[in-house]
Amino acid sequence: MSGQSLMDSLFQRTLEDLIKGLRQQLIGEQAFISKALEEIRKEIKSTDLSTKSTALLKLCYLSNLHFHDMSFAAFHALEVLSSPRFSHKKIAYHAISLSFHDSTPVLLLITNHLRKDLTSTNEFEVSLSLQCLSRIANVDLARDLTPEVFTLLSSNKLYVRKRAVAVVLRVFEKYPDSVRVCFKRLVENLENYDPQILSAVVGVFSELACKDPRSYLPLAPEFYKILVDSKSNWISIKVLKIFAKLAPLEPRLANRVVEPICDLMRKTGAKSLLFECVRTVVTSFSEYESAVRLAVGKIREFMVDEDPNLKYLGLHALSIVASKHLWVVSENKEVVIKSLSDPDPNIKIESLRLVMAMVSEHNVAEISKVLVNYALKSDPLFCNEILGSILSTCSRNVYEIIVDFDWYVSLLGEMSRIPHCQMGEEIENQLVDIGLRVKDVRLELVRVARDLLIDPALLGNSFLHRVLSAAAWVSGEYVEFSRNPLELMEALLQPRTSLLPPSIMAIYIQSAFKVLVFCLHTCFVRGGSTAGVSASASYESFDDLSVENGAGSTVAHGQTCTSAPITNESIVNLLKLVELALSPLLGSHDVEVQERARNLLGFVDLIKLEALNSSGQEENDSEQKGVEATKIIRLVHDAFSKELGPVSLSAQGKVPVPDGLTLNENLGDLETICSDIELPSSNTFSFGYPSEEKDVSSFSNLQIKEDSGQSNESTSLLAEHRKRHGLYYLPSGKSEVISNDYPPANDPALQGDNNDTASDLVKLTAESLVPKRKPNHSKPRPVVVKLDEADEKPVAVKHPESRDDSLSGAVRDILFGSEDILPTSSRSNLPSSNRKGKEKQHMITQVESKENVVGDGNSSSRRKDHSHGKERRHRKKNAEERNETDRKEKESSSNHPRRQKSRQRAEEPLKVPPQTSVIPDFLL
Amino acid sequence: MGIRFILMVNKQGQTRLAQYYEWLTLEERRALEGEIVRKCLARNEQQCSFVEHRNYKIVYRRYASLFFLVGVDNDENELAILEFIHLLVETMDRHFGNVCELDIMFHLEKAHFMLEEMVMNGSIVETSKANILSPIQLMDKAS
Repeated sequence: MSGQSLMDSLFQRTLEDLIKGLRQQLIGEQAFISKALEEIRKEIKSTDLSTKSTALLKLCYLSNLHFHDMSFAAFHALEVLSSPRFSHKKIAYHAISLSFHDSTPVLLLITNHLRKDLTSTNEFEVSLSLQCLSRIANVDLARDLTPEVFTLLSSNKLYVRKRAVAVVLRVFEKYPDSVRVCFKRLVENLENYDPQILSAVVGVFSELACKDPRSYLPLAPEFYKILVDSKSNWISIKVLKIFAKLAPLEPRLANRVVEPICDLMRKTGAKSLLFECVRTVVTSFSEYESAVRLAVGKIREFMVDEDPNLKYLGLHALSIVASKHLWVVSENKEVVIKSLSDPDPNIKIESLRLVMAMVSEHNVAEISKVLVNYALKSDPLFCNEILGSILSTCSRNVYEIIVDFDWYVSLLGEMSRIPHCQMGEEIENQLVDIGLRVKDVRLELVRVARDLLIDPALLGNSFLHRVLSAAAWVSGEYVEFSRNPLELMEALLQPRTSLLPPSIMAIYIQSAFKVLVFCLHTCFVRGGSTAGVSASASYESFDDLSVENGAGSTVAHGQTCTSAPITNESIVNLLKLVELALSPLLGSHDVEVQERARNLLGFVDLIKLEALNSSGQEENDSEQKGVEATKIIRLVHDAFSKELGPVSLSAQGKVPVPDGLTLNENLGDLETICSDIELPSSNTFSFGYPSEEKDVSSFSNLQIKEDSGQSNESTSLLAEHRKRHGLYYLPSGKSEVISNDYPPANDPALQGDNNDTASDLVKLTAESLVPKRKPNHSKPRPVVVKLDEADEKPVAVKHPESRDDSLSGAVRDILFGSEDILPTSSRSNLPSSNRKGKEKQHMITQVESKENVVGDGNSSSRRKDHSHGKERRHRKKNAEERNETDRKEKESSSNHPRRQKSRQRAEEPLKVPPQTSVIPDFLL
Repeated sequence: MGIRFILMVNKQGQTRLAQYYEWLTLEERRALEGEIVRKCLARNEQQCSFVEHRNYKIVYRRYASLFFLVGVDNDENELAILEFIHLLVETMDRHFGNVCELDIMFHLEKAHFMLEEMVMNGSIVETSKANILSPIQLMDKAS
């Protein structure tokens, strides 16, 4: 066996061999690596520590650079760690820092190794183990090694001490109770003049202060001293970070610190420190006018600098200022706009954010115009970035900043024509959303939609299909605003629509259906003298509109009739067009398209027989038959003309489940029913209410609206149609569509159900709509329908309850617990008073004093190792208890802050706000 | 924590050194490095050295064929990190003498050791070249 291991170590490949070998493998690198891994697995089991450690080193290399799992070697790493040779130890520590984590099973076994090395006389061994601890410490390690770290915090070897300081952060984080032991020494290190130590301590405090700044307010004097005295830029930057967190909490502190920071800003030559000063001022001292002015001056210098780094940071700083001082951005408008054409995408995005920050009700039109021009010129990525931010800014808070919706809708149209535009989905949503919410804009919306639909070139761009689907839907739904429905019909049925995906094709057909019904209705019912009287009755929905629109909509109607008179002849052409365009679609593979095409063609057949025959015959006859036709037209028209409104997201939840409807019933047996009907289409329908699915597939978000709109029409033909859809779609179905057996749906049971839910929904939507309408009529801005529940995003209420956080709780106990009994408050005696405070606390709980023994008596702590576990558990429990009492004490003391204060300092002015009262004014 | 990770990547996008100050699984690391390298290496000299990625900010700098990428928290000072990168390169330069990619490849462990001297637990603890290198020189002598 020993001979074997000797052979192994003699012929073992070193790391260098491995790397050289790897470099020669142009192909088959993986094979080489897996062979090497196999060797490593064998070598690492060797009893010879050199062989083992070399294997471990190779494994580290492969893990670090080639992502190979090295968790199998965890135990071997521990074995190497026990080697007396430093070089082995180094490799072991390297491997452990790279591969161990909280759930590594052998983590428990490392405690004693670490303890041994932490107490070693060799400072490099101590350093290695501290380094390792900072990477892998978990709760147990942090707890068990706290005494050692505490000792090292005051080591006289700087090399060790600074590492101990840096490790404290991780130990605190994992085991907050260690704060009670180590915090005092950590604070003492703040007064050290050695820059190495100071840099480490300040680093630790800047991290701690990030998490819970309030706890560290009492240390402000120390930080202040460091800020004023520091020679090292790195330390100054860290201290500035601390003050950026502390200053907003304590106005007196901010008053005191703002001047030194400005001084630093004026004097320093280092850009990094300068930038940190600027950032500190703009984030935390934004009330100090002069400081902000100074910072803004520096920001401007950054922004016009040649160096892209400084330019980026300048813009970044500006965007921080923008939230509080918008004037700064407008002052630097030119620079910002110029940066929009910078070669660096990051700079461009940053300046875009700034431009968007400037957007308001008054300038949104100009800014959007400028940006759209930029979008036209820039690369696809940034172009969409611009469009995306325009869309999101304008739609924010239900189009809060938009006053002129006509303009906005045409902007949407313009944006979708930009060649690189990929925001189709968002534009689609907004077009439909605006259509539903803003009644006044529908005229313009239909015009924009028409322009989009009529352009055959747009159909070729697949990114635009979503926009086109919205345009089609809008022009179908609001066809009464259209100047020329016939033209619209041609656009909807143009040959190039075959390029559209089926789901959008279906919307096109459905819209064509609506337009056709509208044309027929205008021609026969409204235009025709015969049905003049009855027509007005069916115009309820139009009247609804005109209530809102005033004269506007009636004018629009007038235009419909005058600009494009719909004659019998044009209707004949229209019907021919429909038949021509849709007949090929009857064979479509998509069920949705096929179904809708059939619907429409069936309707056309029905009308054609009735109405067009009549037109060629004599008057009397036509009146007889025409009545039949107009009746059908009117019914279908009614079905379509019911207004759709936006519905709150939660509306569905408010609908009571009707009696006799079991929602969680197993639908398995439906399959057997459906199997009789050999139709692919059956699965696209929901089986709930027959009248529900007009637009289900494409506008699922509108489904509820459809419900409320449609099911109200108790005589809806579609309802009946859906009820029988199985029948109509049998292969021989075409003749059945024409059948006269097409009476209004009068199934009483069904209807009752329908009406209940529908009216409920209508009521609900009405309820949720009415109070949210803007009552302000004096404003020219059109009414935008809003829904509270749907439009407000739920904000998770989260109270930063720092006292629950055990770490900051512990820190507060130490810092504030002692502050209460501070006799005076000068800077120099803070640490001593800290100590005093601690001693006093120790009198309260004797366990704490025991801990002090553990901490102060270094040698004794080591001797007492065996009893530690028990003691600590005990201590922890007590500490928790004490925590509670402390909290109570604190609460009671904060109830009478003034009394306490006045006892301490009679001359203290009373203007101090209560929440800051616990902190004495060290700086005054 | 300040610094989250330090990467050295060559022009071809191969990682030459990776030091993480928070635990990531191998898969997470592979994904992260892939994304970052793709993002940063595509940028040119005229563009700034800061890239936002996920919840990190990447500060990077190119020296010859090697990219030094440092992932930091969002409120870390970018310019200071650039200075840190420069210090790291200068330190390596002093030790290896005109440091190149191969030096780091063949002395990965030493490079890690240097980093450990400079950065602990994600915060910078040492900025003096002499202080960083003295333990390494001692160890070199000893072995």
